Amino acid sequence: MKRNNTFKLVTISAIWLWLGFFVLLSFCMIIVASFLTSNNDTVFALPLTLHNYIQTFSPIYLKIFLKSFYLAILCVIFCLILAYPFASILAKLNPKYKDFLLLLLMIPFWTSSLIRSYAIIAIIKTKGILNTVLIGLGIIHHPLQLLFTNTAVIIGLVYNLLPFMILPLYANIEKLDPKLVEAARDLGANWLTTFRRVTLPLSMPGIISGTILVMLPAMTLFYIPDLLGGAKSLLIGNLIEYQFFIGHNWAQGCAVSILLTLVMGLMLFVYWRSSEGRQDQGAFK
Amino acid sequence: MNQSLTLPKIIYMLSIFAFLYAPILVLMALSFNSATYSIVWHGFSLKWYHALFQDVNIWIAAWHSIILGVLASIIATILGTLTAVSLFRFKFKGKKLLQGLIFVLIIIPDIVMGIALLILFSRTQIPLGFISLLLAHITFCLPFVIVTVFGRMTGIDKNIFEAAIDLGASEFTILRKITLPLLLPAIIAGMLLSFTLSFDDVVISYFVSGPGFEILPLKIFSLARLGLKPELNALCSIVFVTTIIMVISAQFVLKRKKYA
Repeated sequence: MKRNNTFKLVTISAIWLWLGFFVLLSFCMIIVASFLTSNNDTVFALPLTLHNYIQTFSPIYLKIFLKSFYLAILCVIFCLILAYPFASILAKLNPKYKDFLLLLLMIPFWTSSLIRSYAIIAIIKTKGILNTVLIGLGIIHHPLQLLFTNTAVIIGLVYNLLPFMILPLYANIEKLDPKLVEAARDLGANWLTTFRRVTLPLSMPGIISGTILVMLPAMTLFYIPDLLGGAKSLLIGNLIEYQFFIGHNWAQGCAVSILLTLVMGLMLFVYWRSSEGRQDQGAFK
Repeated sequence: MNQSLTLPKIIYMLSIFAFLYAPILVLMALSFNSATYSIVWHGFSLKWYHALFQDVNIWIAAWHSIILGVLASIIATILGTLTAVSLFRFKFKGKKLLQGLIFVLIIIPDIVMGIALLILFSRTQIPLGFISLLLAHITFCLPFVIVTVFGRMTGIDKNIFEAAIDLGASEFTILRKITLPLLLPAIIAGMLLSFTLSFDDVVISYFVSGPGFEILPLKIFSLARLGLKPELNALCSIVFVTTIIMVISAQFVLKRKKYA
């Protein structure tokens, strides 16, 4: 079809130019930069070196990676525990309420997570709502020291990222064929076996995509430890921020980001493989 | 299978929503509390809002954020809509790659995109400030517009375009008379959502902003680092309510027109 040419050409080249410049080129620049050296005089300098990558395996960096990873895994587990029952209930609800409840879930998704993190301070500070209520009820006698601890960072992360776990789980569970569960029950499986052998494996793609959506921000949302954690709580995000604004070591910051992106790629690969597997089983069914 | 709602299920759902909404409701309540540091209710007062409105720096930052959000959302919506239309209607080389790139753009951690753009701007001599923020905001809004508009396009019968072509309509006429009217709700929704994304972004803006152009989220961040402050509660409440209005309007536009 020759007639389409101008419109098609203009739109497609416009988007390619934009994404080519701001996404492809800039990402290539991080890759190149991660092999350069930063010093106090210049932002980047030759020669090409693997130093930045080798440096990331030094004990100081490794400690931050492990800690950040640990916090992120905890956050994923808490989100999963809270979100799975919620998504299952939501998926089986009457559509009349569903739309409204989904909207309520979407609102935290779109609103400022900085403001919501700030809002937690009033809840968990020493003389905050939580301590006042708990002391008032006689459950505790001394206020809990939550603010500026790792617990506060976990609370902040779970609070911010919970909708990112609920929504993909909901999308997945809603599509499950309820007949499969009925069939399992008819064949004599109890509730636990049905869940373990039927529902859980089938909802794996939802669990994995939720995990990806929660895990990556949980390692990078540097303002949450900034606001809620003490100086000791460092995420990978805080490390990158430090390299760019205080340490003046951009090249090192780039290397850390590349590693982070590789972790993301790996998780996407796992997700892709698992959804492929599901499709095969679907054909079998 | 419409399972009946048992009481434990209702309580469970309510507690999750309470967890998600309690902090922000407490924040809003505190912004009307006349006490400065205490969370105990000392009476209704608008004095924090009053103090907020006297702060010129806040006004400037808010104005900057609004201009930035409006421009970024308009440009992202135009480019994003055209992209979604092309992706839906045409076959072209590298289409899969383009879709992949859009997907990566959605999922990549903000911080990686922030430093990528910072390096790009510093290497290409684009000064950090209004222009760099605008370019960055357009870039991260784009995929959301594309996804929103494309989602609505999948509901359109492709034969409409064939019919229009057979009747001799030019590509521009098709866009003006068929595509845009059909997509209008999604375009408006995409624009509103882009505005909220731009208005709330912290991470990417943190990397690509300059000292000469202060925006609201970064102002809030620098104040929030100092801890709880009643004026800041007031400011956060205003920003939060503004965003909620935008999101609800976007949902409303998308839902209502579908059944009309």
